[in-house]
Amino acid sequence: MSSDAQQPSPTAVAEAADLELRDVSKRFGKVVALENASIKIQRGSVHALLGENGAGKTTLMRIAFGLIAPDSGSISVRGERVRFESPADAIAARIGMVHQQFSLIPQMTVAENVALGGRGRYDRNAVARAVNAISSRMAMKLDPFAMVSTLTSSERQKLEIIRTLAHDARILILDEPTAVLTPHDIGDLFVQLRAFASDGGSVVLITHKLRDALAHADEVTVLRQGHVVLNSPMAAVNQQQLAGAMLGDIARDTARDTARDTARDPPRHTARHTAQTSSPEVTRPTTVLELTDVTIHDDHGIERLNKVSFGIAAGEVVGIAALEGSASAMLRMIGGRLEPDTGRITRPERIGFVPEDRQNEAIIPTFSLTENMALGSAGSLSGRMHWTDVRQKTEAIVAEYDVRASSAMSAAGSLSGGNQQKFVLGRELSSNPGLLVLENPTQGLDVHAAGAIHERIRRAKAAGTAVVIYSSDLDELAELSDRVMVVNNRKISVTKADRNSIGEKLLDTAG
Amino acid sequence: MAALALFADALVRAIPLILTGLAVALAFRGGVLNLGAEGQLIVGAAASAAVSIRWEHALGSAVIIFALIGGALAGVIWAAIAAELKRRFSVLEIISTIMLNFIAIHLVSFLVRGPMQEPTHIYPQTPSIAASARLPLVIQGTRLHAGLIIALALAGILYWIFRDTAAGFRIRAVGAGPRAAQSAGLIDIDWLSWKVFLCSGAIAGLAGAIEVNGVTFALYENISPGYGYTAIAVALIAALNPLGVIASGLFFGALETGAIALQRDFAIPSSIASMTEALFILATLVLGSIRGRSLLFSRRE
Repeated sequence: MSSDAQQPSPTAVAEAADLELRDVSKRFGKVVALENASIKIQRGSVHALLGENGAGKTTLMRIAFGLIAPDSGSISVRGERVRFESPADAIAARIGMVHQQFSLIPQMTVAENVALGGRGRYDRNAVARAVNAISSRMAMKLDPFAMVSTLTSSERQKLEIIRTLAHDARILILDEPTAVLTPHDIGDLFVQLRAFASDGGSVVLITHKLRDALAHADEVTVLRQGHVVLNSPMAAVNQQQLAGAMLGDIARDTARDTARDTARDPPRHTARHTAQTSSPEVTRPTTVLELTDVTIHDDHGIERLNKVSFGIAAGEVVGIAALEGSASAMLRMIGGRLEPDTGRITRPERIGFVPEDRQNEAIIPTFSLTENMALGSAGSLSGRMHWTDVRQKTEAIVAEYDVRASSAMSAAGSLSGGNQQKFVLGRELSSNPGLLVLENPTQGLDVHAAGAIHERIRRAKAAGTAVVIYSSDLDELAELSDRVMVVNNRKISVTKADRNSIGEKLLDTAG
Repeated sequence: MAALALFADALVRAIPLILTGLAVALAFRGGVLNLGAEGQLIVGAAASAAVSIRWEHALGSAVIIFALIGGALAGVIWAAIAAELKRRFSVLEIISTIMLNFIAIHLVSFLVRGPMQEPTHIYPQTPSIAASARLPLVIQGTRLHAGLIIALALAGILYWIFRDTAAGFRIRAVGAGPRAAQSAGLIDIDWLSWKVFLCSGAIAGLAGAIEVNGVTFALYENISPGYGYTAIAVALIAALNPLGVIASGLFFGALETGAIALQRDFAIPSSIASMTEALFILATLVLGSIRGRSLLFSRRE
C-alpha cells in the first residue's frame, strides 16, 4: 500500500510538493519505528497524519524537522533533495514544528520567546511589531509583552505557532495540537490553520482524532506500526475506511494475534476464558476504589479529568486507554500519589503502584535490591531497620518472581529492565494490596518478561486484588482487562475489553 | 615532647574539620547542597562565646553545656534561613548558603567591634572566657581537648543512623533517588530535606562552639581559616561516609598543621598544602566519576 504514495498523480507532476519524505525507515534498537514510509505534503493544503499511539507519526515528522536522522530514505523540500543535520537546517528550509510539549520559557515575555534563537540585537519594539503583524494576519490575539507564565495553554500554543511563523516557516507541523485545547479553541485553531494554508502555506496535522482530521484536512496519510497504510485526498475516504486503516482490518489482526500467541506463554486464550465477565455497574459491596465527581490537573496545570465518577470492585481488572500522557495524573491519583482538586476518592489502605518510568520512580538504581525492597515502605517505617528480615523478604521475592540477580545485595541498576520490573511488581504485591495500579507495565520488555508480568497480574486478580492497568498497547489492554475505561476529553467512557471497541472510543468516532 | 605536641595540634586542627565534614556529609547524603557550614560554624562560635561570657560566673562549669547547645542552635537558625528560602521561594541553597557565609563573617566583625568587644576596646575581639567555661583537655600538657571525643562520637552515631535506622535510610533514599523516594517510598521529601538541612546546621554550629570553648577561648574575626569550605572536600573524599570523614578530617588536619610547621621552620609556603588539598579533591572526583561510569557500562547482564 505504501507504494501508492510514490506513484505521482498528474497534478503532483505539475507542481512539486512542498515537503516530501520518501521510503523513510527508522529503527530504535530492535524496535522498528518506521519502514519505507512516504508522505507528500502539497502546497496550500492541510494534511492529516493519522495513526494510533506508537504508529510512528511523531517519529516521521521529527525526521522531517531534523530532530532524528533516518536510517534510510530521503527528504525533499519544494522539489529539492535536502539533508537535515539539526532542526536549525529544517528551520532554514522554512519548516516549523509545534511539539506536544511546549518549548517556551515561562519567565519571559511573548516577544522574548519569539526572539529566542534569533541573532544580533534584541529590539523589543521591532519584535513586538512582528508579533502583532503575524497575529493580526492569523487573527490571533496575543499581547507581545505578556509574561508566558500568565498565558493559558491555548495562548501558549498560539505563541508557538507565531514563533515558527516569525522564523518564516511555510510548512507548519503540529503534533497533537488539539490535546491541550478546549472545544472552542479547537474551532479557532482550525480557522487559523486554514487561513495559513490558503495563504500558500502547508500544514501537517499529527493527530489520532478522526473527527478533527475528517472535518479540517484536505489530504490524509495513515500510519500503522511504522507503515503507510493509506494515502488519499480526504474527500475520497470515509470514517469507516480511516478507522479500518488505523486499527487494521480483522484478517490482519487475527494473523498477528496467532503469531503473538505462539510467541507468548501462557497463551492468551486461557486468560480469555478464565476472565470473569463483569458488568460496568459500580455499586457492589466489594467496591475497593470509588471516585465521586473528581477533577484533577496535571503538573502543567492542564485539566485531565472533569467531574468523573466510577468504582472498581475487588478482583476486577480495569484497563485505562488514553492519549499518551493524559492518564498519568489520573493513575497517580488512583494510586494515592496525588490528591484530586475537587471531588471525593476512597482508596484501600494498601496500594501497589508500578510506574512507567521505572529507573526514576520505582527503584533507586544505585541501591541494592534489599534496600529497594525497604524503599517500598520507607515512608511509614520508624526506629531501627531490620535488614536481615528485609533481605529474607527480598530473597523470597527474587525466587518467587524469577528475578535474575546474582544476590539480594546486587545493585538494582545492574539488572535488565525485565528483571527490574518483575522485582518492582513483586515488591508492590508483597504487602497484599487491595489495589494495584500499573502504568505501561510491559513497555520495553521482551516477550518472556511481559508474559511473566501478565501472569502475575492475573494471579493478583484471582487473589482478589483490584487492578487498574494503563497501557498504550491496546492488545495488552484487551487481553488483560475485564472492562476498559477510555479517557477522552477529560471524561471517561466504559467499553468492553475488545481491541476495536477501545480503538473506536479512543479515536473519538462515536461522538 | 615536641612530637607529641605536633601530633596533638594535628588532632586539634582535625576536630572542626571532622565536625563540619559530618555536617556536609549529612546534608549531601540527603540531597541538600549545604555549602554554608562555614557561616553556620561562625555563628555557632559567636553564640557560644556570648553564652559563655554572659553566664560563666552564674553557671560555673555547667555553662559549657549551654554554650555548646547555644552554638548548635545558632547553626540551626543560620541553616533555617536558607532552608526557608528554599521551601518558600525555591531559592537554590547553593547560592543562599554561600551568601549567608559572608553575612556571618561580617556579623562577627560587627560583634567584636561593638556589643561584644573586650572592656578596654583596643582589640577587635571578645574578652577571654573563664577557665571554667573551657572544654577539658584529653592529654594534659597539650591543646587536645574533649571536642575530639564529641566529634568521634557524632561520627559513630551518624554512621549508625545511616546504616541501621529508618530515618537514616529515608535520608539516603531521598539523596540517591528523590523521585523514587517520593513515588515508591511515599516520603515527604520537602519536609525531610528541611529537617536534614537544620541538623546539618546544628552540627556545623556545634563545631564553632567547640572551637571557641576548646581552642580560641575568645571570639574574633577570621576565627575559621575556611573549615566550612575544607569540610566539603573532607566529606567528598570520605564518599559521604561518616567514619570516612574521621579519616579524611585527620588527614587534612595533619596536612594543614604540617604546612604551618614547614612554613615556620623551613620557609616553605603553606599554600603548598592548599594545592595538595585541591589536587586530592580533583583526584577523588575523577576516580568517583570513573567508577560511576563503569557502573553504567555494566548495567545489562
